[in-house]
Amino acid sequence: MKYTIMINEGPYQHQSADSALQFTRALLEKGHEVFRVFFYHDGVNNGTRLSVPPGDDRLIQKEWSELAKEHELDLVICIAAAQRRGLMDADEAKRQGLDADNIIEGFRISGLGQLIEGGIQSDRTIVFGD
Amino acid sequence: MATKKFMFVNRKAPYGTVYALESLEVVLIAAAFDQDISLAFIDDGVYQITKGQDTTGIGQKNFSNAYKALGDYDISKMYVEKESLEERGLTPDDLMNLVWEDEDDDYKEKSSIILVNREEMAAVMAEQEVTLSF
Repeated sequence: MKYTIMINEGPYQHQSADSALQFTRALLEKGHEVFRVFFYHDGVNNGTRLSVPPGDDRLIQKEWSELAKEHELDLVICIAAAQRRGLMDADEAKRQGLDADNIIEGFRISGLGQLIEGGIQSDRTIVFGD
Repeated sequence: MATKKFMFVNRKAPYGTVYALESLEVVLIAAAFDQDISLAFIDDGVYQITKGQDTTGIGQKNFSNAYKALGDYDISKMYVEKESLEERGLTPDDLMNLVWEDEDDDYKEKSSIILVNREEMAAVMAEQEVTLSF
């Protein structure tokens, strides 16, 4: 089956960020197709490369980044939600006149239309949130 | 592009968290994709469409008028759960007048609000193809 995953909560703060990662991994292991993973609300923080949790803890953002590389996943961060919360890629930082960007490799920033398109194109849309 | 039945389930109060505001942003984008859209208001989500919201005390933008504009985007199905209203001491009179114009009926203004009980809400949800909850 073809899936779109929506993630609405931030890493470490909320279990749903881990559940989404584990669910996506399980889908791929079972041979399903992941059309898109869309990050919204505080979920956009799953795409920062500046998280430094204690050394004995998981690094959720890096796990997404590696999973994306391995399976060519389309990880999309909502631009409107990202702008509110200070998530930037290099192009957006330049456009806003800001001096830094912080997106981890494997993620891209785009609009909410990507979520709706995911819903239309996929057999199942699964939301992870509070 | 194909048309699917999208439902947006609003469960949280309009202020206090950003879920309601950002949900509305998704609804407006979905409307631009010409999808079959309905909204559900359950639990504290019913407060999102109450009358007389005033945010001056909290320094945040009052976005309640945006719900009134949804009719202009062909969004005419807003399911409100009766039990959620009752549990909060609210009645349908406490809700904003949300309408849409029926172009097949001489552009007559009709209410977008559809009061349903919990069981009916479950049935409407079961018919959906994409359910996004906020």
